[in-house]
Amino acid sequence: MSVFFSFIKKESRHIIRDKRTLLILFGMPLIMIILFGYAIRNDIGNSKIVVVDEAHDPYSAQLIAEINASKYFEVSRIVGNEASLNHEFQQEKAAIAIIIPPDFSHRLLHLKTAQVRLVADASDPNTATILINYATAIVHQFQQRLFPSAAISLYIQPEIRMLYNPAMKSVYGFVPGVMTLILMLVSAMMTAITIVKEKETGTMEVLLASPLQPPLIVLGKITPYILLSFINALLILGFGILLFQVPMRGSWFLLLAECVLFTLTALSLGILISTTTSNQQTAMMLSLGGLLMPTVLLSGFIFPLKSMPVILQWFANVIPAKWFIIILKNIMIKGAGWHEVWAETGILSAMTVFFVIISIKKFKTRLS
Amino acid sequence: MNYNSSSIPAIQAESLTKEFGDFTAVDAITFQVEKGEIFGFLGANGAGKTTAIRMLCGLLQPTSGSATVAGFDVFTQPEEIKKNIGYMSQRFSLYEDLTVKENIRFYGGIYGLSNEAIKEKTGILLERLKLHNEAGSLVKRLPLGWKQKLAFSVSLIHDPAIVFLDEPTGGVDPVTRRQFWEMIYETAYGGVTIFVTTHYMDEAEYCHRISIMVNGKIVALGPPSGLKNKLNADSMNQVFLKLVRQS
Amino acid sequence: MIEVNNIRKTYGDTVALDAVTLSVGKGELFGLIGPDGAGKTSLFRILTTLLLPEGGSATVNHHDVVKDYKKIRKEAGYMPGNFSLYQDLSVEENLQFFASIFHTDIQTNFEIIRSIYEPLAPFKNRRAGALSGGMKQKLALCCSLIHNPPVLFLDEPTTGVDALSRQEFWETLHELKKKGVTILVSTPYMDEASLCDRIAMIQAGHLIGIGTPAEIISGFTKPLWSVSGMDIYRLLKDLQDFQQTDSCSLFGNNIHVTLKNGVADVSALKEYLLRKGHETASINPVAPVIEDCFIERMKE
Repeated sequence: MSVFFSFIKKESRHIIRDKRTLLILFGMPLIMIILFGYAIRNDIGNSKIVVVDEAHDPYSAQLIAEINASKYFEVSRIVGNEASLNHEFQQEKAAIAIIIPPDFSHRLLHLKTAQVRLVADASDPNTATILINYATAIVHQFQQRLFPSAAISLYIQPEIRMLYNPAMKSVYGFVPGVMTLILMLVSAMMTAITIVKEKETGTMEVLLASPLQPPLIVLGKITPYILLSFINALLILGFGILLFQVPMRGSWFLLLAECVLFTLTALSLGILISTTTSNQQTAMMLSLGGLLMPTVLLSGFIFPLKSMPVILQWFANVIPAKWFIIILKNIMIKGAGWHEVWAETGILSAMTVFFVIISIKKFKTRLS
Repeated sequence: MNYNSSSIPAIQAESLTKEFGDFTAVDAITFQVEKGEIFGFLGANGAGKTTAIRMLCGLLQPTSGSATVAGFDVFTQPEEIKKNIGYMSQRFSLYEDLTVKENIRFYGGIYGLSNEAIKEKTGILLERLKLHNEAGSLVKRLPLGWKQKLAFSVSLIHDPAIVFLDEPTGGVDPVTRRQFWEMIYETAYGGVTIFVTTHYMDEAEYCHRISIMVNGKIVALGPPSGLKNKLNADSMNQVFLKLVRQS
Repeated sequence: MIEVNNIRKTYGDTVALDAVTLSVGKGELFGLIGPDGAGKTSLFRILTTLLLPEGGSATVNHHDVVKDYKKIRKEAGYMPGNFSLYQDLSVEENLQFFASIFHTDIQTNFEIIRSIYEPLAPFKNRRAGALSGGMKQKLALCCSLIHNPPVLFLDEPTTGVDALSRQEFWETLHELKKKGVTILVSTPYMDEASLCDRIAMIQAGHLIGIGTPAEIISGFTKPLWSVSGMDIYRLLKDLQDFQQTDSCSLFGNNIHVTLKNGVADVSALKEYLLRKGHETASINPVAPVIEDCFIERMKE
């Protein structure tokens, strides 16, 4: 046990004395969070909306007034029909359009159901989703005020159409994505590099030729990184929640437990990489190409999976980050509990066990 | 005046000094290397060898003193010097992932040789090293001894007046090593000056003359046999140890 | 202390070690001498249980390198060829760490490293990366000795350090030997052979000679001459063309020559050199050095 302790002490010294890496480790999550956070926020205020008012009746006028009054929208034009809509979008005179059909008042009053249509420019899907959400909320507000009594089952059904990117369904919050990325980076890349570094300096040979058990060598090397990853995860959560009001609706315990699980997944991948490489550059390239790229591109963090070719969607299933993002999103945003995330957790655990077994097998007691 | 047809020494240094702040790395060294001489430049780690060589190669401006290399002034003509010297070190000379021919082409290219000249040189070089069958092989596939011979030949591709060799024969088998020195002797015989730095005193035995640096100063200068006699030593190793321990 | 029997190891098509057999006695300072790529490191890794041999057997302190590898790992000290310590840890921290992985501490076995550590003590808080080459080498040696190993494996410890540090290093090894430590040390430098009790010469995976340096030198059967003169390069070329020359190569500022008929050819050689215009050339009998022996055995 004292061996293990001195191993941890030594490893911590490596980490603390490498100021540049420390700065990257803790600076990067902050920068990413702030970038992603503000990038999403910027477009929201006073977006241009085009109203296609085919109804020309008091109710439609009231709805338009309500939209215009909101801080999110500024009605740029009111037109009589849909014909010019495409043109408006292409000229970027509108980010979103609301189409009020000719029989709006009539349907509302007599058929007890009415439909408005929302059309958004989804070439920037993040913005489009948010605008649609706001517009929907305004329409619902309008309906609530008109018919406050719940007894009357009148409702307005917004029909949403995403222009230019019809398959897009939803965009995840950025905090789960950044968290996944950082945990992957810290846990996998850093462990791979730190193990490979020992190979380069010949110290690994001495460690292996000593009475130390190889699993203890690995454990001693990764333990500080588990802690580091955990601190990082807390940091990101804290910033996301305090600065950007990202919701945290589920159980903290479950969330943190899942973070530990994913850290282990990433660590085992890092060890795996370290067993197949003998210099730091290769380890870095492998981590970037083999782990970070798929994490960014195929996890659903930035590019929605549903709009990808089927083959890529299948491929995404073997990427641990995909499952972790789903778990995070469910816990944080939907407030899901164990019952809703056990399947994903199971997949992630199975992957981790698989990687750990392979990496232990490959990290032999000898050199070759 | 043309260096080749003149009697200018290959290297002439007069009180050459380099200071870094308060620290004097090279302290007024004076020496001369004749054309076609094999000159051994020895010293312990940190004695100032590297700094001295950098000045002689035109990579570092001296603080004071004067020096010419192949007739060019180290203060005012560093670019001319660089064109007229070659450099080979056991560790960093050739690109392991390029073929023999590609390495020759590359080094010919950076010294501004024309395509015809490179072609001609490549032929001569491969012939001399008997490497014709290996011209298309990656350098990393060659045995260490061949690599060294190739690296040396490549450092001569632009017909430099002086070649700087850094521990040229470290780690090779003794047969290859003696062959390598034969190449060096042949090159010196052809009028090229050879400037060798090494930690290994048995390499020093091969040099015509030796200088030994201690703490930035040259403390001994002469042929190996002369130095051995003077210090009453059997080998250059003993000469070196005696001198370094004295100071 | 170390027994190696018919050890064989290959990497793909390359044979790293071919039927290597040697034995190192207790308290012996044994040198393994050969160029880069001769198989020195492979043999070290097999003996330190980091590589499995493909054939043959070996024991270190009576423990089999395959079966009893755990015992060897507890006992043996090992300094790999590229060993460069933890550059970002201080002298003391390095030593502490390597002591702890052998379940010991600096104090317990301090006696064994006392004299080596002495010059390092004033710098115990300095980072290993900021030490000079010679100091690093001393620290590395301390780290591999801290558990008081009965047998020490040093893979090319003197590569890349200056002549003074190397000299001191060898003096240290002799002190360790006096304390009863068995040492197997490898080097590519022939002139270090005379500093060992016994040596094995290795080339392309084969042992080409084994014995005390004196035995190996006395095994050089042909008379050897050292030829020197004004114009060494021309002299060399002419000697190579001489019909009775058996071998000739540069050795320092001279040329080492053996003749086909030994002493009987010397007068013919003198005449030949005069005819070629080497009036100042001198021919002197000379005792061979390890390097000459190595070359002779390489040819066989």
